[in-house]
Amino acid sequence: MTLAVLNIEWQTLADATALGAVYALMAVGIGLVFGVLRLVNFAYGQLVMAGAYALALASQWEWPVWAGIVLCFAVVLALSLLMDRLVFRPLRGQSPAVMLVATFAVAFLLQSIALLAFGPLGKIATSLASLNRPVTVGGVDIRKITIVAIVVAALCLLALVLLLERTTVGLHMRAASMDFATARLLGVRANRVIGAAVLVSGALAAVVAIMLTVQNPLVTPDFALRDTIVVLAGVVVGGLNRPIPATLGGFAIGFASGILGGALPTEKSQYLPSFLFAAVILVLLVRPGGLFTRYRGAVERV
Amino acid sequence: MTEGALVVEDLDVRYGGVHAVRGVSFSVERGEIVGLIGANGAGKSSTLHAVMGLVSSAAGEVRAAGASLRRRRPEDVARAGIALVPEGRRVFAELTVDENLRLGLAARRSRGGSPGLLEHVYELFPVVREFRRRPAGALSGGQQQQLAIARALVAEPDVLLLDEPSLGLAPRVVDLVFDALAAIREQGLAVLLVEQRAQRTVALADRSHVLANGELRLTLGPEDAADTETMVAAYFS
Repeated sequence: MTLAVLNIEWQTLADATALGAVYALMAVGIGLVFGVLRLVNFAYGQLVMAGAYALALASQWEWPVWAGIVLCFAVVLALSLLMDRLVFRPLRGQSPAVMLVATFAVAFLLQSIALLAFGPLGKIATSLASLNRPVTVGGVDIRKITIVAIVVAALCLLALVLLLERTTVGLHMRAASMDFATARLLGVRANRVIGAAVLVSGALAAVVAIMLTVQNPLVTPDFALRDTIVVLAGVVVGGLNRPIPATLGGFAIGFASGILGGALPTEKSQYLPSFLFAAVILVLLVRPGGLFTRYRGAVERV
Repeated sequence: MTEGALVVEDLDVRYGGVHAVRGVSFSVERGEIVGLIGANGAGKSSTLHAVMGLVSSAAGEVRAAGASLRRRRPEDVARAGIALVPEGRRVFAELTVDENLRLGLAARRSRGGSPGLLEHVYELFPVVREFRRRPAGALSGGQQQQLAIARALVAEPDVLLLDEPSLGLAPRVVDLVFDALAAIREQGLAVLLVEQRAQRTVALADRSHVLANGELRLTLGPEDAADTETMVAAYFS
């Protein structure tokens, strides 16, 4: 069955929505930390990678599914806090360029560690493979993970909105991302707010690791690296410094890459990144402030 | 006599090669307004920033109720009962008026807080109640200034620091702000008021110190208000 006008199959549409949902979570994870630290965490993908390895090891040890998920969260959260404590916190006062390069270094360091520890061939995370089985919804075969990813992403985003809008720490996080200096003057504790953002962002990375390993059970040291680059592009396209546009940007680029991937003939699928990034450049040329923000004019720098 | 709510002793602040504050000493008691006046670059804001821990002082001591504030982080100074109403108000434009007030609670030391505190703040600044669901950015400059002071007050501080609260405000609103400061003094807070409007500050404050080139040069009382300009001019000529 196809969506006649666009000649796109419903299944492709569902898969693209699911990919968009997962990328939206990554965008939120990156955006939360950017909000409070003004730091683009390039090493976000390696958090996902670490979580994926945790899941792969858990399936290798034949742990029950829940234990694998707990291990995944534990590893990613611990690594997030470690990253904050050892790298972000000491560099907090530095320029964005220094911090960005530092996160590049962390990203490739973690990738190298994974390569040394687990080798280049990769490990297989199989415990949730059953989610790849299809269910039939209205005559269309859709993989279970597609539905799970969309539902989980929606729930995560809802929980996040409640956290930000309804709790004190959420209010402090919002204030800190608008004007950290003034927030501190009012008694908002910098370390606590940043710690909360890093933890929530880490929890989202763990969720993403679970979703991505179902779709792509082969865990290698460069797991989620490409996804991170695509999401970063999406976040910038959406509008880096605004949470909702950044999330929409992540969703849009995931959705677009899913649709393009479905629309391109299999033998041409290697052109997908070129199409995607050409579109990114085009969007940035037309709307440098972000696709989903009200454009206020850029500051002249040259 | 017990020590003042805020005591600054021999304070020195340097920015690289610039010696912004040189050996400044003063104290503020509870129920007292102390003014700091002087030209741009005289060291008024630098003094406030050093008290809040926004810049580290090169030398000297800052104490609140006997406890040293030196080398403390701004959030810890705020939590020690010192509230700053920063220059330019710095309200969170995208948050509602109510959310701005809730942020003020971050520095509050007692969990419960005094009953009727919010009522009291609303009474002092009725516009804050009237517009409490609006984004703070939709308020006029004068209303934002009232919100900034209200936000500082809900933390129930012992010491209130204000950095140029009358800057850019219409005369009628300046009256309102200065009246509020007098009421705040009545409640027993120690108020340190940094201002460009020398004459009004001298008239309101219990003492006003004149800063020039980072040094405290002259102290005026309310009785000098009418002659502020001439006295300051005579002193510096």
